[in-house]
Amino acid sequence: MSQDKVKDVIVEPIFGQNPIALQVLGICSALAVTTSLNTALVMCVALTVVTAFSNFFISLIRNFIPSSIRIIAQMTVIASLVIIVDQILQAYAYDVSKSLSVFVGLIITNCIVMGRAEAYAMSNPPVRSFFDGIGNGLGYSAVLIFVAIIRELFGSGTLFGIPVLTTVENGGWYQANGLLLLPPSSFFIIGGFIWLLRSFKKEQQEAPEFKMAPQSKHLEAH
Amino acid sequence: MLKNESLRTIFVAFIICLVCSVLVSFVAVALKPEQQANKLLDRNKNILMAAGLYEDNMSADDVNNAFSKFEAKVVDLASGKFLTDDELKALNIDVDSYDQYAAAKDPAMSESLKGNDPAGIGRLPKYAKVYLMKEGGQVKLAVLPINGYGLWSMLFGFVALESDLNTIAGLGFYAHAETPGLGGEVDNPKWKSQWPGKLVYAGGKTISVAKGKATQPNQIDGLSGATLTTKGVDNLVSFWLGDKGFKPFLTNFKAGEA
Repeated sequence: MSQDKVKDVIVEPIFGQNPIALQVLGICSALAVTTSLNTALVMCVALTVVTAFSNFFISLIRNFIPSSIRIIAQMTVIASLVIIVDQILQAYAYDVSKSLSVFVGLIITNCIVMGRAEAYAMSNPPVRSFFDGIGNGLGYSAVLIFVAIIRELFGSGTLFGIPVLTTVENGGWYQANGLLLLPPSSFFIIGGFIWLLRSFKKEQQEAPEFKMAPQSKHLEAH
Repeated sequence: MLKNESLRTIFVAFIICLVCSVLVSFVAVALKPEQQANKLLDRNKNILMAAGLYEDNMSADDVNNAFSKFEAKVVDLASGKFLTDDELKALNIDVDSYDQYAAAKDPAMSESLKGNDPAGIGRLPKYAKVYLMKEGGQVKLAVLPINGYGLWSMLFGFVALESDLNTIAGLGFYAHAETPGLGGEVDNPKWKSQWPGKLVYAGGKTISVAKGKATQPNQIDGLSGATLTTKGVDNLVSFWLGDKGFKPFLTNFKAGEA
């Protein structure tokens, strides 16, 4: 495995093949944990670690897994890793693990982990799969952090819990935007992110599946 | 050939499960002490926070030290008296590990509140755990657990009372899932700062949370944009400090008869 290949495998998923923006995977947790940067960051680290190691281990045993049970075998490995991460968070980062609550457990169902295991780790050697996991984790993280910065800054006027814009409630001038603290706001932000990304990376634009008909027919005045 | 194939499948599945389960159980068992210490620390911190004794950069040891001044007691809510050692033994309650929220699920240790459940808690435990801070034999602070339903979630918290058992020293919620920025503002220090100094019982009224601005002396401003959370907090505070909650205990305790 050559040196630049590792770089490609890591860098490509961040903007080129971003799992959220291009493949639209793993949206659910992107909506849920992005109200504050702190939780988003921990979620990113947790997901990156899980994806990297699940890719590594699954790739390690890929030649032994009978194809009839491969999905459930992948799930077993992923689930075990997620439980281990959850246990470690509970032991060493209790506050964050409380605010992430069920979402750490839900990494199991995060399509990115499963998707990379099935699409990459099953047909590539362990070390490269490991870096592919890191890369995709970073791609996920890039979007999560982008969303979290916007949501925390404009939704509660803070970054990492430190006040940046003093809100009206605390005697300042900034009227916080409550919508940003609700899950639907992430749809707008992620949508905006995808739009932005695709305006720079034109090759990601998809050909329209259908052509819009004109809204109204021109009629003769009568 | 086919038989071999399925045998192999079962064998691989078995090995994967075995390795994974060994790993998971190892981690779970190895980290258990840390996790329990964290849970305890978190509870102590919440009690200190409600009592207004918590400072931002307290280390784990500071928290545990400050908390060591508190003494846990189990109260019979109906009679309003502390359980004696004999009663505790008869009920098989260990004061340190007693969890009233777990007890609320046990039919023998709780009663159903069906039809009369303003706080939305479903079942009321018969015995509640309170924390007392004494200085020179005198109770300085009494910290009482409170919980109830807001808009989305059960709010869990503590209310701390000063030595007269009528003046609030502080109130705080340590677990809830209300809307951040709206109902979630129950955590806002500015909102919480209204509680200390207010009287629980004054002029025949129990403390309440107003919708909007407070109009009575022992009332708290509601949270703007969070009518239902406000109502939930109002209900749970009046429930827990009412006849079904800690009122009998507070009355007895004030008279020195608890």
